[in-house]
Amino acid sequence: MTTSVLFDAQGPRAKQRNILYTVVFVAALAAAAWWVFSSLAEKHQLDWVKWEPFFTSPQPWETYIWPGLQNTLKAAFFALLIALPLGALFGIGRLSDHRWMRMPSGVVVEFFRAIPVLILMITANAAYAEFTNLATEDRLLYAVVTGLVLYNASVLAEIVRAGILSLPRGQTDAAKAIGMRKGQTMRYVLLPQSVTAMLPAIVSQIVVIVKDTALGGAVLTFPELLASVRPMSANYGANTIACFTIIALIYMALNFALTSFASWLEGRLRRGKKSTGAVVGAAPDGGLEIVEAPPVKTGGTDKV
Amino acid sequence: MFDFLEGYDLLGAFWVTVKLTVYSALGSLIWGTLLAGMRVGPVPLMRGFGTAYVNIIRNIPLTVIIVFASLGLFQTLQVKLGGGGDFEVINFRLAVLALALYTAAFVCEALRSGINTVPAGQAEAARALGLSFTQVLRLVILPQAFRAVVNPLANVLIALTKNTTVAAAIGVVEAAYLMKDMIEAEAQLILISAVFAFGFICLTLPTGLLLGWVSKKVAVKR
Repeated sequence: MTTSVLFDAQGPRAKQRNILYTVVFVAALAAAAWWVFSSLAEKHQLDWVKWEPFFTSPQPWETYIWPGLQNTLKAAFFALLIALPLGALFGIGRLSDHRWMRMPSGVVVEFFRAIPVLILMITANAAYAEFTNLATEDRLLYAVVTGLVLYNASVLAEIVRAGILSLPRGQTDAAKAIGMRKGQTMRYVLLPQSVTAMLPAIVSQIVVIVKDTALGGAVLTFPELLASVRPMSANYGANTIACFTIIALIYMALNFALTSFASWLEGRLRRGKKSTGAVVGAAPDGGLEIVEAPPVKTGGTDKV
Repeated sequence: MFDFLEGYDLLGAFWVTVKLTVYSALGSLIWGTLLAGMRVGPVPLMRGFGTAYVNIIRNIPLTVIIVFASLGLFQTLQVKLGGGGDFEVINFRLAVLALALYTAAFVCEALRSGINTVPAGQAEAARALGLSFTQVLRLVILPQAFRAVVNPLANVLIALTKNTTVAAAIGVVEAAYLMKDMIEAEAQLILISAVFAFGFICLTLPTGLLLGWVSKKVAVKR
């Protein structure tokens, strides 16, 4: 039984009431499940024929799912690889003492954060088609990666900035006191310490990147995991629901592993004695990042 | 210079973007609040349901959910969400449904972090007065939590505004869809992109500024 400050330990009447709520809720869920089940059965989506290809033969995995997943991972990997240093550069740029560096970095970061990734991808795709002579399959990958990089570099820049700002001022003061230059302070004192604080947010940003690769498949015909649904369902007899279930499970497994890793990391860093305990909160969607101060230590935290 | 805009309903497309945003924002606010209530409530099954919902929805790409709404719900199961309507109207409704279901998970998490900012003493005092869980939540905790999360909710709303472009994947004629159309037909790549970028900045920047101001205004001083 979890204890919460929001409600009392339950007496006999509250327990009965909870049982009643549970029963009503179960009934509602069962009704919803029944509706889903019967409408699926009515459209023959539950027939074993439609699910069987995924379990009995390696063919759908080899022909559609694995190549799609590879493209998804490839795009996400390249996007992260390019966006991370670029983001660090702009994040540090925004903290510069020089106006001519701070201003443009700020404008670039705010600009690309305000624009949907899809718009960036469409523009990149058209630009590559017009100004370069890349082969189509390369062009689509380039376009998806470019869109992801532009957006995520600006989000990562904010994470880097928040990470550096989360360090106590005394760190900079001490570095100054022993005669370090600004560059040295950043390189030897601030960056190494803030990397730990940034890690959880960076890992959860990877989830955002993986999820956004699907845009390339749905709008630009980049052959990634989601794009494999149409040919797969055409080939195996309109088993749309089965195909979606399988790829949704793959996305979930992949991203769930990443989110769990991020929150494990966050908890570990918070408890760690070496860091300041400040952690840049996970950015769930659209760059929602919060610098959290070390939690106040109270006996037996009973927050919900 | 901007004569390539002639013959395109630019304002109409952005109006669809705004409508998608407003409807799904309302839907996600209601559903997200209910989910947050379930996640902090005393009924274990509802807590489990809330947690499972948030974790599942957050880890599936929005694009998958929206495309599923069209290919799975509409074309396979013939779910139309209300009678009548042509293809475009149905897809608009489905896009709103998908966006609201997806965004609700983020609204729920934002609210839950807001509930955590309310000092435990407040809830304890409310319980000491004999208020029930729903009363504690409705009268004491949520009003303060909402005031604390205006900023995170503004970020969710801005993300939602940008996410409405995904509806282009199922043929809802909003800004991104029109942009793709225009780029294919006109040889004005840079200008077209600039116009649409400007349009989205006009939508997201004021939202952020306005709600940032509101969040300062309503913040509970502690």
